[in-house]
Amino acid sequence: MSLRVSELKVYYRTLKGEVRALDGLSFGLADGEILGLVGESGCGKSTLGKSLIRLDGRMRHAGGTVVLDGEELPIADDRRMNDYRFHQVSLIPQYAMSALNPTRKIRRMVTELLRSRGVTLDTAELESRMSQVGLPREVLDRYPIELSGGMKQRMVMVVSTLLDPSLLIADEVTSALDVSTQKAVARALLGFRDSGYVKSMIFVTHDLALTHHIADTIMVMYAGRLAEKAPADVIVKAPRHPYTRLLLDSLPEVGVRHTDRRLTGIAGSPPSLLDPPAGCRFRDRCPIAGEECAEDPPVAEVAAGHYVACWKA
Amino acid sequence: MRRYFGRKLLIYGLTFFVAVTVNWMIPRFMPGDPVASMVARANITQPAAVEAMRRYYSGLFGFDQPLWQQYLNFWAALFRGDFGLSIWLFPHPVSTVIGGAVPYTLALIVPSVLLSWVVGNRLGAYAARRKLLDNTVLPVGYVLTAMPYMWLAVLLAWALGVLAGVFPVAGGYSFSMRPNWSWTFLLDLLHHWTLPFLSLFLVALGGWAIGMRNMIIYELESDYSNYLAALGAPARLIRKYAFRNAVLPQITGLALQLGVLVAGALVTEIVFAYPGLGSLILKAIQNKDFFLLQGAFLFIVIGVLIANFIIDIVYVVVDPRTRAGMAGARA
Ligand SMILES: Nc1ncnc2c1ncn2[C@@H]1O[C@H](COP(=O)(O)OP(=O)(O)OP(=O)(O)O)[C@@H](O)[C@H]1O
Ligand code: SF4
Ligand SMILES: [Mg+2]
Repeated sequence: MSLRVSELKVYYRTLKGEVRALDGLSFGLADGEILGLVGESGCGKSTLGKSLIRLDGRMRHAGGTVVLDGEELPIADDRRMNDYRFHQVSLIPQYAMSALNPTRKIRRMVTELLRSRGVTLDTAELESRMSQVGLPREVLDRYPIELSGGMKQRMVMVVSTLLDPSLLIADEVTSALDVSTQKAVARALLGFRDSGYVKSMIFVTHDLALTHHIADTIMVMYAGRLAEKAPADVIVKAPRHPYTRLLLDSLPEVGVRHTDRRLTGIAGSPPSLLDPPAGCRFRDRCPIAGEECAEDPPVAEVAAGHYVACWKA
Repeated sequence: MRRYFGRKLLIYGLTFFVAVTVNWMIPRFMPGDPVASMVARANITQPAAVEAMRRYYSGLFGFDQPLWQQYLNFWAALFRGDFGLSIWLFPHPVSTVIGGAVPYTLALIVPSVLLSWVVGNRLGAYAARRKLLDNTVLPVGYVLTAMPYMWLAVLLAWALGVLAGVFPVAGGYSFSMRPNWSWTFLLDLLHHWTLPFLSLFLVALGGWAIGMRNMIIYELESDYSNYLAALGAPARLIRKYAFRNAVLPQITGLALQLGVLVAGALVTEIVFAYPGLGSLILKAIQNKDFFLLQGAFLFIVIGVLIANFIIDIVYVVVDPRTRAGMAGARA
């Protein structure tokens, strides 16, 4: 197994107290697997992504482990973690549009970045990967401002995967793009996996329908925890968790693209993560909540590779 | 690129035009008879001089001519470098009087502005990454910028000049000396230059340091910095990028601050009785010397415009985005 996350807890320090953005999350990811990560805004998707590569100054690793290719990642130790960044774990950030230094030509930026990591730039390889995502090589001699949004996105994709990382986190890479560009980006990511540029991938998105096209498995998160995880087809056709079902119901028809269809169709809002209530965190909004839900539902494997955290699943 | 500079030049041309026009209007639309009052106030006793002045001014103002003619004459004289004769230092031409003062003003402004900008930026960048330094740079910087130029000048003159007696507090050189190219005179010049330079330098320094510190912190939190950090780039590279990008708004800031800096220099000159344009303007006001005042103002306007234009060019050279924007973004 390529990635194993166990009981991971990562909190944000704020003036009002700690925000438990990840509160005991466990899951695995196999070599070559693309995991689609979905859930409402604020459920902790980006927090998971950042936890796997770089905690920012306000994040605290409160417990749990991350094991990648048999090695435990020192996620709380910024200095030691540096060895793994880019080489083992890489990231296409949610803010890919503004991720490139605006005052450096792209070739120079990439060269300087690689040199700082002790790698010399293989221009031929870079250009071949660029052409694979439809970027002409002239792009290298431009400033980021001279690229369209989709081009910047693809450029960041190429840069992030240049050292063939074992794990790639792609955070909302398609959100800011139009439908046809979204498709192209999703296809490019699949191509990167198939060419072996990245071994496995966590594909974060709001968009269940798009995830279904590219992901092998889908993990649904709710309020900092796992709600359900299963092969993509199973999640879409036979979901067991009430939250997943509501998510799917809020899409008129799965498999059809809905421009900017956001997961907003569920009444109510998730609990505050500052001081989350005991018991099932979905209880307030769950149509079938019962007595037992006052206690935390454990994650159970209801079928092979199908995990659900619900008493009534 | 051509269009960009063309537009800039047009704006500068217009500013210059307006400045000259206002300058022309001031003595003309003042209440009373400017010629008579000027000659009277000039306190000149020789009848020949009074007569010469009256003829000269009447001719220059040309009240017998229509306004537009007077206006054109003014421009024509301007382009000949003819600003008229000074009243206070009659019969020296205004251009000569100003020419004597300008080197002193430039010697104060240029080094103090450039050095405070460079040192301030460095200091601010260091402060942004060292807590200890930040804790000193920030409060000291705030105190310095909040200080009016005159204040610091008076403070320095009092402390280093009067109390410590290390530096002279007035003049451009010792009264006992005549300007020449000897080392003793140059050293004397430098000695007199130090305090006014220091007060200008210090006040401006605080502002640049604070601005740079804030800009760097902002840049270090920007998306490209985060991306580089996520890919494990060393802090050195990230800080290099941040500094480079934070300097750009500081250049714009320099252009915006130029007027304030010049005004500060003029006031500081007055405090130290330094023989530059500032002291000249004071003398011109005291002696109701309109022509000298006109000339000095025009000179300052031209100087500030030129400096602005230079900064514009520097900005285009260092910020690729303006160049890319000028070439028209290729998608
Ligand atoms: N810097 C921060 N300080 C405090 N709380 C934060 C911070 N960043 C995120 N959070 C909180 O952590 C929780 C998870 O945030 P996260 O960014 O991981 O959500 P997300 O699932 O990526 O949402 P989105 O879909 O909007 O990107 C949210 O409740 C959010 O309010
Ligand atoms: S555990 Fe209870 S409240 Fe939570 S999702 Fe299942 S049924 Fe709903
Ligand atoms: Mg996010």
